[in-house]
Amino acid sequence: MTAAPKALLVDITRCIGCGACSQACKTANQLPAPVEPKLTADTWTVVLERGDGRFVRDLCRHCLEPSCVSVCPVGALTKSDDGPVVYDKSICLGCRYCMIGCPFRVPMFEWHSATPRIRKCILCAPRLERGLPTACAEACPTEATVFGDRDTLVAVARARLAAHPERYHDHVYGLTEVGGTSVLFLSPVPFEELDFDTTVADFPLPDLTWRLLLHVPNVVLLGAGFLGASYWLYRRRDQVAADEGPDRAPSTHAGPGADDG
Amino acid sequence: MVRRLVSLLTPWRVLLALLLATAAVIVTVRFAFGLGSVTNLSDQTPWGIWVGFDILAGIGLAAGGFIMAAAVYVFGLERYRPLLRMSILTALIGYLLFITGLILEIGRPWNIWRCIVDHNVHSALFEIAWCVMLYTTVLLLEFSQVVWERLGWRRVEAVLHKVLAPLVIVGVLLSTLHQSTLGTLFTIVPHKLHPLWYSPILPVHFFISCLAAGLAMICFEGFLSWRFLGHPPRMDLLPNLARVMALILVVYFVFRIEDLALRGALPLAFAAGLPALLFWLENLLFVIVPVLIVLRTARRMSTRALFATSLCAVIGFVMHRFNVAVTGMQLIHPTGYFPTWQELVISMSLIGLGFIAAGLAVTFLPVVHAGGGDISDGRAAAYRLPWPAPRPEPRAEGGPGEPS
Repeated sequence: MTAAPKALLVDITRCIGCGACSQACKTANQLPAPVEPKLTADTWTVVLERGDGRFVRDLCRHCLEPSCVSVCPVGALTKSDDGPVVYDKSICLGCRYCMIGCPFRVPMFEWHSATPRIRKCILCAPRLERGLPTACAEACPTEATVFGDRDTLVAVARARLAAHPERYHDHVYGLTEVGGTSVLFLSPVPFEELDFDTTVADFPLPDLTWRLLLHVPNVVLLGAGFLGASYWLYRRRDQVAADEGPDRAPSTHAGPGADDG
Repeated sequence: MVRRLVSLLTPWRVLLALLLATAAVIVTVRFAFGLGSVTNLSDQTPWGIWVGFDILAGIGLAAGGFIMAAAVYVFGLERYRPLLRMSILTALIGYLLFITGLILEIGRPWNIWRCIVDHNVHSALFEIAWCVMLYTTVLLLEFSQVVWERLGWRRVEAVLHKVLAPLVIVGVLLSTLHQSTLGTLFTIVPHKLHPLWYSPILPVHFFISCLAAGLAMICFEGFLSWRFLGHPPRMDLLPNLARVMALILVVYFVFRIEDLALRGALPLAFAAGLPALLFWLENLLFVIVPVLIVLRTARRMSTRALFATSLCAVIGFVMHRFNVAVTGMQLIHPTGYFPTWQELVISMSLIGLGFIAAGLAVTFLPVVHAGGGDISDGRAAAYRLPWPAPRPEPRAEGGPGEPS
């Protein structure tokens, strides 16, 4: 199925902080325990109060080029064509490099389990397959979170900025951050005032690693050539010395401990 | 019999036994109740001392194996052959301990073999996993020479000897790759790691510094093996390694400062505060003090100076790795992580296991000062069974402090 990539648009000006999204997420993903005040292994989205009656959702951003997917040595995390970044515990090593790599500190770990898993929002991937929106978007009473094709939502966000410039800070967070994410935010104030990380790069972070890993073949080829040549020279030197006569053989200068034992 | 057993109980051994017994309990708890039950790791601090110290620093300190193998087998620096077996042995032990530590550290170790079948070439960790697997195999083969020699399996020894040079070259390539790629691991977090440690070319920092650390560790092992096993250190060879180490450290430091300057982060090194303090402490121990000691003892290096400079560099190096993996991230996003006593006990136990393994290997295998015994020169007879017990020998006839 190659459906258009899905996304969420979170309009902070519309959020009333009711927490229905967190609750719906719990139900849809069968997560135990009540909603916790921050992201945990069993709370995949939270609504955080940021003063002045402003509420900000925290959840996996489902980056277009996710760091977590790129750093996972075995590919336990994958980016689906229709948007979600999903996790397969059956091949996960539990190395937690995804947690280090994630620019938004989203993946969580089951620290008190003998068979721990990485846990995070999966953009309701099973629901998407059935053609349903995410549970959080469906539950939102004010349409602060809406679900749709990413292209459509980008257009919607831009239209809102154009229609009500006085109401919004002129930026769609997630449009270019880390090369673009599948969760877009609109805010009434500059994003750093709401504790968004505005220092993140505007290109996909996996590029930073990939351009280094691209040197691997060069290192191998040049290194093999250099080491091979050095070895050949050293053997040749010994050969020549041996041919020229026993009293000039150089390989007798193994250290003073050479003849012990 | 009982008396004989009691005589084996030196204070150090009792301490080690207690340490390992405690570690066994901790390992049991860790596997029964999860990582959170014995560590201070959390969703905010997913990597702690086990990654920073056991893994990052451990692998770097084991670089001596590939350095000495390259020096002797590839560059033909025959003089250093007497240090070769010990270097390869400690590298092998280092990698085996690293793998042990890794099995404790990762959450789902039963899936560790998945790296072999599930590939993600975009992951630096994937490359490291493969390099470490292959390089540990190379080290096992390199070291197995000693075992075949001990068993007198001449034919296996001869076959192995034929492929030794290519094997060593492969080992050097694998080491170059994964030593540097350990730095690549952190290039994906530009805004999560403090700019005094982050660099888009971290792999270059990691590679240059591992060369110095590997040499420092060989020198320091000379001290340990003297102190604990009674082998006099090779004062005809080790000071030269320390000098090369100092040279590499100077290159490293110039490179490091230049990198900071180019990224505009150099002023941070002079801004009052914890980051600058950590930065200078690290570089004081890793670079400045060791280089000064080497410079001041340029004509004649005493054992004391040799071990001071190497220990200092080892500690500074560990600090660098720890600052990249843990502290440098804490400076940006403080989470109050401090290792639990259980984490420390496990790390110390791994070092303890290393001592035991090294002690056993040196006692039962022809490791130390087996310099002349290489069969390539038709001098295989240099070593004969049964092995003489390690015995003190006069310090290098060539004169211990001979300027070279």
